[in-house]
Amino acid sequence: MKTAMRFTPLILFTVCLISTQAIAQWSPVAPGRLINPEDLVKILQSSKEKPLMFQVGSHMLFLQAHIPGSEYAGPAVNESGLQQLRKRVESLPRNKFIVLYCGCCPWNHCPNVKPADDALHAMGFTNVKVLYVADNFGANWVDKGYPTTKGD
Amino acid sequence: MIIVLIAAAAVGVGVYSYRHSQGSRTDSAVAKQHRPAPDFNLPLIDGGQLRLSSYRGKVVLLDFWATWCVPCREETPHFVALQQKYGGEGLQIIGVSMDDSTDPVRTFYQQFHINYPVVMGTADVGSAYGGVLGLPIAFLIDREGRIYAKHIGAPDAAVFDKDITALLQTR
Repeated sequence: MKTAMRFTPLILFTVCLISTQAIAQWSPVAPGRLINPEDLVKILQSSKEKPLMFQVGSHMLFLQAHIPGSEYAGPAVNESGLQQLRKRVESLPRNKFIVLYCGCCPWNHCPNVKPADDALHAMGFTNVKVLYVADNFGANWVDKGYPTTKGD
Repeated sequence: MIIVLIAAAAVGVGVYSYRHSQGSRTDSAVAKQHRPAPDFNLPLIDGGQLRLSSYRGKVVLLDFWATWCVPCREETPHFVALQQKYGGEGLQIIGVSMDDSTDPVRTFYQQFHINYPVVMGTADVGSAYGGVLGLPIAFLIDREGRIYAKHIGAPDAAVFDKDITALLQTR
């Protein structure tokens, strides 16, 4: 019993370490850089500064539905898509509030948000958030009744 | 304090295990529907056109996917196996690529030895099917051209097998 008690702190530490690493690993973007859909909607509906929004995933999905006012700049999984994004933002002040989103597939499998976020971070942008879309844009935005528009 | 730490760690490990035990196979949201499947005429990746209504009388699995979609890539071998298994009984799988260009789709087609037709989708067709706003999305269509089920995400292969078997039995 005494032996077991002696190892308890080490076991607890190990389990906590594994847990936090696991949680961090499955998100393509660090939790601190995320914004939830409901919080973005509140910002869009408020009198606060509106972010510049980019959908960095599928153009086909963008045409069917996207956040009003957002622009298409992707797909960020490809270098050509990233170049499109870089070109669009290169003249902007580096503290510009920017929101990136995709919603092509389940969050931990999205191939687009991380490259886009990394690209803006590398360019020196300091006020970038990535929209956390857990399942897909349809389920986590459109079906929730949040503002949506279609077309280019 | 120790109990709180244990509980937090247990939750973390549990969520991690849940996420990774399923791999890319998310819980598939299934919606049973009975409306007619919207017809379309789309270009095949190797030339020519495919009209959905020409498959009336067959059970059709219409899969909206893209080459960059990880769950889509993982479910493709299962679709190849299903086509192989049930093709002789009247199953026809049709892949609708939501890629922006044909080249990566052709490469993918050859790489994965796909044994069913693949067409290039459009936003209009996606909208006609209620909005393809996430991938993969698959529709099972019965022999009379009605949508039997809609699967959002990549369900376990057994789910498709069960639905297909049921539909193939209807004449």
